[in-house]
Amino acid sequence: MLTITIAILIPFLAAVLVPFVYKRVPSRNIGWFVLLVPLVLFIVLARFIPAVSGGETYIHTIKWIDSAGINFTTYLDGLSMIFGLLITGVGSLVILYSIYYLSEREALGRFYVYLLMFMGSMLGVIFSDNLMVLYVFWELTSISSFLLIAFWYHRKKSRYGAQKSMLITVSGGIAMLAGFIMLHTLTGSFSVREIIATIGQYTDDSLFLLAMLLVLLGAFTKSAQFPFHIWLPDAMEAPTPVSAYLHSATMVKAGIYLVARFTPVFGGEAVWFYTVSCVGIFTLFWGSFNAVRQTDLKALLAYSTISQLGLIMSLFGLGSAALNEGYSADSVIYTQATFAALFHLINHSTFKGALFMVVGIVDHELGTRDIRRLGGLMSFMPVTFTIALIGSFSMAGLPPFNGFLSKEMFFESVLNVRNLDIFAMGTWGTLFPVVAWIASVLTFVYSMIIVFKTFLGQHQPARLDKVPHEAPVGMLIAPSILAIFVVGIFFFPNLVGNYILRPAMAAVYPPFEGVEGLVPHITYWHGFNYMPLLMTIGVVIVGGALYLFLRYWRSVYEVAPLSWTLDSLYNGILVQAEKGSSRLTGFYMTGYLRDYLVYIFTFFIFAVGGSMFLTGTYLFDLSGDASITINEYIIVFVMMGAGIAIIFAKSRMTAMILNGVLGYSIALFFVVFRAPDLALTQIIVETVTTALFLLCFRFLPEWKKEKSALSTKIVNASIAISVGAIVTILALTVQGNKMFESISVYFEDSYELAGGKNIVNTILGDFRAFDTMLEVVVLFIAGIGVFTLIKLKAWKGGKDVENQ
Amino acid sequence: MKINDVILETVTRIVVFIILTFGVELFLSGHNNPGGGFIGGLVLSSAFVLLYLVYDIETVQQGIPFDYKKIAAFGVLLAVGTGVAATVFGAQFLTQTANHFNLPVFGDTELSTVILFEAGVALTVVGVVVTIILSISEDV
Repeated sequence: MLTITIAILIPFLAAVLVPFVYKRVPSRNIGWFVLLVPLVLFIVLARFIPAVSGGETYIHTIKWIDSAGINFTTYLDGLSMIFGLLITGVGSLVILYSIYYLSEREALGRFYVYLLMFMGSMLGVIFSDNLMVLYVFWELTSISSFLLIAFWYHRKKSRYGAQKSMLITVSGGIAMLAGFIMLHTLTGSFSVREIIATIGQYTDDSLFLLAMLLVLLGAFTKSAQFPFHIWLPDAMEAPTPVSAYLHSATMVKAGIYLVARFTPVFGGEAVWFYTVSCVGIFTLFWGSFNAVRQTDLKALLAYSTISQLGLIMSLFGLGSAALNEGYSADSVIYTQATFAALFHLINHSTFKGALFMVVGIVDHELGTRDIRRLGGLMSFMPVTFTIALIGSFSMAGLPPFNGFLSKEMFFESVLNVRNLDIFAMGTWGTLFPVVAWIASVLTFVYSMIIVFKTFLGQHQPARLDKVPHEAPVGMLIAPSILAIFVVGIFFFPNLVGNYILRPAMAAVYPPFEGVEGLVPHITYWHGFNYMPLLMTIGVVIVGGALYLFLRYWRSVYEVAPLSWTLDSLYNGILVQAEKGSSRLTGFYMTGYLRDYLVYIFTFFIFAVGGSMFLTGTYLFDLSGDASITINEYIIVFVMMGAGIAIIFAKSRMTAMILNGVLGYSIALFFVVFRAPDLALTQIIVETVTTALFLLCFRFLPEWKKEKSALSTKIVNASIAISVGAIVTILALTVQGNKMFESISVYFEDSYELAGGKNIVNTILGDFRAFDTMLEVVVLFIAGIGVFTLIKLKAWKGGKDVENQ
Repeated sequence: MKINDVILETVTRIVVFIILTFGVELFLSGHNNPGGGFIGGLVLSSAFVLLYLVYDIETVQQGIPFDYKKIAAFGVLLAVGTGVAATVFGAQFLTQTANHFNLPVFGDTELSTVILFEAGVALTVVGVVVTIILSISEDV
């Protein structure tokens, strides 16, 4: 369907338009214009729900680089549908919220450009069927989130957080790219669907395992799984709407999406099962454990997001077990984990989005997010309190909120693991429910902290800068809608199950398509002997007790010194890397052009000369060459004379003119050999270079002969002679060796194939247009580089933004 | 320091137009004869550079108020854009096409989409060369 392709491009087009609109409307209203984009996309996507839940999928291809198998193929199925709805739906609410949250004095235009860019790239990630296109969008999300986190770039912490998130997610992305390329090497295709169809033949290949781990690395870094989770808390320096959007609903879920998408590819493998589920469950525990110690509400939410992402991730890992032996009635039960994961994914986006917005409101109205300064806000902010209550109770897994349902399904899934008789799960399987239960207790504790420490207890006006009051209505709309969803999904879970989750399950489990029991009927009550219910009751009792006696056991967190954390490891690596590279750079970047030339030529001698010597290609045969005419002799001797004369030139002008002689002689050679196009180019390039030289001529320092030591002279001379010899031998060898069929025959048809008589130009414009295009881009970047290097010095009297 | 060179200025006034015409001619003839976007662009920029050498930057800037950075950016956009445009018509990225048209004055003329691509190249070359030269010369 072309619609989906256009849906990806619309945010980018809107991002281009924003600056123009921003100039013309009052800056406050720019948000309303931007709001249209996700709203329209949401409606468009929602119209596909009936068809997609009926098992329909849509695919559309726009040819890009067909010869390399890289095409812009969009694919809409149940799985991408869920994510698409979340991105556009939560996106609309976040933009609505941001209209009231951000003040008019902020650079709103910039903000919305980044946000739209991000939205478009996110849609690109989930709708792309082609791995290369997916990768491009994947890195675009990293870049746009970098820009968003660093939105308040004058703050040092924002810059630090942005850099951290980018370094970690982009390195993961590059690992993922390597994994994708390996998959291509294995299967010969970049299309996810084709890979799924053929991967069964390649599971024994050694590349398969490596590709799996590399793809997982990308997913884990993006989804902030342990030990890559450290970027998420620092990313909280972004404006709250960004945190609500990127760090709860969308970007961090890209990794989850990737794992879900690749479950049919790698699922059923022991390594995949263990890595995904173990990393997930440990992240769940570690995130919840660290969330309890936080005093900043947003940092608390960040760790809670990490932990919830771990929960979803572990469920996908457990769910992949179902694919181990293909379809069988016994293995359907393990697919429940995946169902729970998808269900919790939606639930998490609703309640966590609402909670982020609540924290944003508190921050906005009171100027602080420190829970030690907050308290007793319930009577001042009743609506905000209600939303916070709904959100946290859902996160804690209490009825009547949607979190309860998915939390129960989570418990059931980890209990099922004990019965798994593959991968030797017998003994280790018991650990899963235990860790899951402990993590849920901690989840309960921090959920209570969020709502009760902020809104109940003693009000402390002395510690606040502002008088607390309820937020403006506009800011409450978006979180209220999310809260309504939290409750609504609890009462009508099977609506979600049948219409949204059923097609997604079919997408994750192609072999199980249409099997009974793949989509369970979600019920609230299973009786008193139902183990997950008992676990939930235990969570409430133990969690409640832990919350009440928090101050007695909080000292647990002081046992391990702060310097042991992963954060300090990251900082250490960063500092060491900077030091090391600056030392290394200082060692060879001497600032003398001649040193650089020595490096380049020495490398050339060893690389080219060495390989020529080793492969024995230095032999050549002159007998087949054409005879040399008198004209050519003359030009060669002129050039040789000019070349030698440069060495002895007394003034800079003479040297320059002699250099010009060389250049123009080469042009003459082109004329003699009937290559007018090249001759023309050579002459003009020579002319422009000479003009450039004349431009700076006046300002160059005095030309002095340098007196260098004899040893330096010998080294230089030997390098020069070796390079000259190698180039000569190389040129002669090229003539004599024909290893491949000449490709020039192909270009002889230039008039028929490209409609141009000038063969050089048809090569540049038609046959090798990709080269030319990229050359132009490189030229442009070089030009901008020169411009910025020279022009963009700090403005006089301007603010020194770097060191605030 | 103001150098006043009457002969150079007078010659430049005429020569610049000849160079510019030559540049356009080279650019247009590129498809079947020597020339093309890169060379055409270089010739055009050499005309501008000549102007800047003979007159000072402010004077030229008054007569030709271009922002060369934008020209370069537009050129890149055009070159990439023609590639993308091909995909809209269902062809591969950067596919070019040509056809013969019977135009009122010129008669049977061959028009090719390559000319747009080449125009992008030429504009980039002009923009970048003049930007670099202006930046360097303003710096000293």
